[in-house]
Amino acid sequence: MATTSAGEVSISVWGGGASPYAVSSRKLGMWLFLMSDSLTFGAVLAAYAYVRVSSEQWPLPFPMWPSITTATIMTFCLLTSSITMVMAVLNAKKGNVRSTLRWLGYTMLGGIAFLVLHANEWRHLIDEGLRPFSNTFGNPPGSTPLFGATFFTATGLHMLHVTIGVIVLANMARGFKKGTYSADMVEISGLYWHFVDLVWMFIFPLIYLMSVPRG
Amino acid sequence: MSANTAHVHAEAGTPVYMKVWSALIALTLLEVFLAYERVRLDLMLIILMGLSLIKSALIVAYFMHLKFERLNLILTVIPMCVLCLCLFAIFFPDSMRLFEFRYPK
Repeated sequence: MATTSAGEVSISVWGGGASPYAVSSRKLGMWLFLMSDSLTFGAVLAAYAYVRVSSEQWPLPFPMWPSITTATIMTFCLLTSSITMVMAVLNAKKGNVRSTLRWLGYTMLGGIAFLVLHANEWRHLIDEGLRPFSNTFGNPPGSTPLFGATFFTATGLHMLHVTIGVIVLANMARGFKKGTYSADMVEISGLYWHFVDLVWMFIFPLIYLMSVPRG
Repeated sequence: MSANTAHVHAEAGTPVYMKVWSALIALTLLEVFLAYERVRLDLMLIILMGLSLIKSALIVAYFMHLKFERLNLILTVIPMCVLCLCLFAIFFPDSMRLFEFRYPK
């Protein structure tokens, strides 16, 4: 590139020839967004850990049955939706529109199953008295009011991401069918979906598995 | 074909992706087993975070395809992110001595 004239460099750059990453600008943008989003989740989980460490008695409200069993099934749904998303991307690159739509449909189903199970989990906890700034857990009851705040923030933010992911995938399926979205766009939306899966790989052990009642 | 799309990335096949998915499921079940056995909390935290890091590395490398991207992209997004996440640990010594500041003890 250094040997070409200024005019040639300019054209080549806009043509993508000087791209140091060899990915489209959209894909690079998604990667940068995901990195910033990982810091958001990192801050939320760090806040959860900070409050837990600095609390004398932290509630342990997730017994193996039904909470951990349900959360494990939710993890299975997300992991499986990730592999179906991979299949959707592979088929999109091959130009198989029908197969792509079918795999995208399975991915959305996995996401919706996760959301339904998670909402049910929230309903149970709310029925037991868990609120954002108060709860009936601990000894004396309600001695760790920030449990609800950190729990609802971490899991709620993740649920919001899953919900947005399902909407994006539905839009992507519609656009890919009509031909307005390319296989590259399907792959970029897949990056977001896998990231949502990745975040759950930290929320599940930190919030659920570390809060199984003992003794 | 433009220069931007001319780059041909290596691809993993379906069997590789299925192996990664199986490994992720197996690691998740191992995590649940540790919780079922009520392993000591500090030990469990270390093991769970180790397993989560392995799982996230598998997802990023294979499902998010980063293993098959240029080294430039990997070095741009991963080290900076890991460093920033590690910086959160700077708060934890403070959380551990918070007990001592409470009145009455």
